[in-house]
Amino acid sequence: MAPLEYSLPVIWALLIGTASILYVVLDGFDLGVGILFPFFPEEKQRDLMMNSVAPYWDGNETWLVMGGGGLWVAFPLAYSIIMPAVYLPIIALLLALIFRGVAFEFRWTAKPHHRKWDLSFAGGSIAAAFSQGLVLGALLQGIHVADGRFAGGPFDWLTPFSVFTGLALVVGYAMIGAGWLMLKTEGEVAQKARRYARPLYLALLAAIGVVSVWTPFEIPRIAERWFAWPNLLYLSPVPLITMIVAAWGWRAIRRGSSAQPFFAAVALFLLAFVGLVISNVPYLVPPSVTVWQAAAAPTSQVFLLIGAVLLLPIILVYSGFVYWVFRGKINDETGYHH
Amino acid sequence: MQALLSDSVMLARLQFAFTISFHILFPAFTIGLAGFIATLEILYLRTGRPHYAVLSRLWTKVFAVSFAMGVVSGIVLSYQFGTNWSRFSLVVGNTIGPLIGYEVLTAFFLEATFLGILLFGRDKVPRWLHALSAVLVAVGTAISAFWILSANSWMQTPAGHTIRDGIAYPASWFEIIFNPSFPYRFAHMLNAAYLTASVVVLAVGARYLLAGRFTEEGRTMMRMGLGMVAILAPLQLFIGDLHGLNTAAHQPAKLAAMEAHWDGASPAPFVFFAWPDEKNERNRYEVSVPALGSLVIKHDPKGLFPGLSDFPREERPPVFPVFVAFRVMVAVGLALIASGLVGAWLWWRGRLFDTRWYLRLVAPMWPLGFIAILTGWIVTEVGRQPWIATGILRTADAISPVPAGSVAASLLAFVVVYTVVFGVGIFYVRRLLGRGPVAAMHGTEGALPNRPLAAAQSALNEDTLEKGR
Repeated sequence: MAPLEYSLPVIWALLIGTASILYVVLDGFDLGVGILFPFFPEEKQRDLMMNSVAPYWDGNETWLVMGGGGLWVAFPLAYSIIMPAVYLPIIALLLALIFRGVAFEFRWTAKPHHRKWDLSFAGGSIAAAFSQGLVLGALLQGIHVADGRFAGGPFDWLTPFSVFTGLALVVGYAMIGAGWLMLKTEGEVAQKARRYARPLYLALLAAIGVVSVWTPFEIPRIAERWFAWPNLLYLSPVPLITMIVAAWGWRAIRRGSSAQPFFAAVALFLLAFVGLVISNVPYLVPPSVTVWQAAAAPTSQVFLLIGAVLLLPIILVYSGFVYWVFRGKINDETGYHH
Repeated sequence: MQALLSDSVMLARLQFAFTISFHILFPAFTIGLAGFIATLEILYLRTGRPHYAVLSRLWTKVFAVSFAMGVVSGIVLSYQFGTNWSRFSLVVGNTIGPLIGYEVLTAFFLEATFLGILLFGRDKVPRWLHALSAVLVAVGTAISAFWILSANSWMQTPAGHTIRDGIAYPASWFEIIFNPSFPYRFAHMLNAAYLTASVVVLAVGARYLLAGRFTEEGRTMMRMGLGMVAILAPLQLFIGDLHGLNTAAHQPAKLAAMEAHWDGASPAPFVFFAWPDEKNERNRYEVSVPALGSLVIKHDPKGLFPGLSDFPREERPPVFPVFVAFRVMVAVGLALIASGLVGAWLWWRGRLFDTRWYLRLVAPMWPLGFIAILTGWIVTEVGRQPWIATGILRTADAISPVPAGSVAASLLAFVVVYTVVFGVGIFYVRRLLGRGPVAAMHGTEGALPNRPLAAAQSALNEDTLEKGR
């Protein structure tokens, strides 16, 4: 393989991986806030929760388009196999995002008849998180491919494992959401978020543990990846660091820190993502299509890569700027709806 | 019905047609509205006259609701390429995938991020930065149109590529992006977006004047809306004519369908009305003016252009929808030109705001731009059939290996959800506009209990309103 044809797909896989993890973390906290809505029945608290994410959600969700679009551009073969394979969960995700997304504006316009949009926001957030988890689980378990096309059935994605990853993602996003509320709000909402954070955090750790055990047991290639010597040695830092971070986050929640629980939850997501990448490299469509097989023509990859290298830093700067503009904790009085 | 439910291609096409038809209304409106809001913000920055800020607040609320619907319905489309059209994704992914990628990088992030400041940052950032955010959102929406229309135009008139093993590979990015129909389609669509929003602004202004409410704001809206309509509507005729000539050169079968022109050996009449009979290759109940069709298309009454009968049946687009949609679009365009010119004349005579028949005429005109956009897209998309990418991939060969049942179920879900959710959204937009500028400022805040700041703000706003009069 020529050096360019080897390295371009790797660079693109890293870029799409970065977009995915940015999406999971960023939309994770605003989906999480939606998932927690049912536990905060008071209107005033819900106003505050929604205000805490309203200026960012649209930018956050754009990373989902970046991830999906990037997959199409850089790996059209993978895109054309994965999307039909997880057809129904993707449709569910899209519909859920509609209910969640419009609620940000509709809820304020509908007041005082906004209860239905509270439901739309919470239900949409929960369903979106669950669908994403289903897609993740289906991908990890592997997709049936023949002649470069998806060759399975319409319900291949539905297994106990994918349902578990679906639930795990709902819990995980809820935890990031609770962390966000501790970070960005004060008073009752922050206190309540801290109370819910304890069981959510433990549930998130349990979910990570279960997936870490379940995948190697069920999928031999993943067991081999982790437990064959000397991989066991080289990869051992991943679980070790995870345990250290887990302990740090737990202490932070118990001590009442406002920022650390959020970042600990984010770090756990990052570590889990690294673990999944290690389990599946070099496959983009496990267990058969690698990043090199799925790659678009090098000219196509180069053409968009130039744009990505020039523009992504600018995007990160102005996205960061918006977070800076709306920095600090918000409370009842500084709700900034337009 | 049974046949339809097992026809994956038709179901996938219906799903795309339905979801994109709903979607296009929102970006088309918000592209134009973003330009309007940015103009208001700049006027406010330069003159300091509060009623520009009042108007900007009202329309920003409308923008926010419409933009949210545009975002969520747009994500559906970006994933639909994969879910329903995976073969299409694979065959043309190398050539037009990067154009969509550039749309995300140059437009989506820009719009979404600065929208946060536009909507929520009015009291958090300096005035100039708020105005700049409005400008950046407007620029972002226009850049987005640039890329998506480039990709669509490439599907219409592909260029700059080579085919290997049935897959299109890029040869020249310049030729791919600036493919033959792109400049015309882009100009036509962008102008349509600004025109559509201008018509809405004009109509809402006329409504306020008719009701005798918010007269200062209503007059400003009528001036700004009418000024745009009077210029953009005639301009659209000119661009449309150029676009038609381009279609004649590059997509002759589509053009023949637009005109329901069967016999290419004789000059074409201009058909005002007909029932195209595709089986017998002729028009029933035709009402037409001889040679006028040739004059319009070839700019020569004796000019010849290919008729539908010159193309094999399997190369022809469906005639009826293309023919009818084109007529509706042109009729709307002519109506807009007429109302723009009449309004401009009344304005010049100083009678614009007192001529009640004119106000009554334009007040219900707000949907016209949307109708023209939808029918225009029917012309261009149905007219491209039977190809999804002209000469490269047929629509029938472009679908995913997904059972028809899945496509039917998701189509049903989209129809139900879109009708309910976006129906309510459009109702909310109408209600916001019905409430008017004052309510837009503290209508929602007033609904929040225990908010001293909101109360203070309301008092302040009433104060500014007074000064504005």
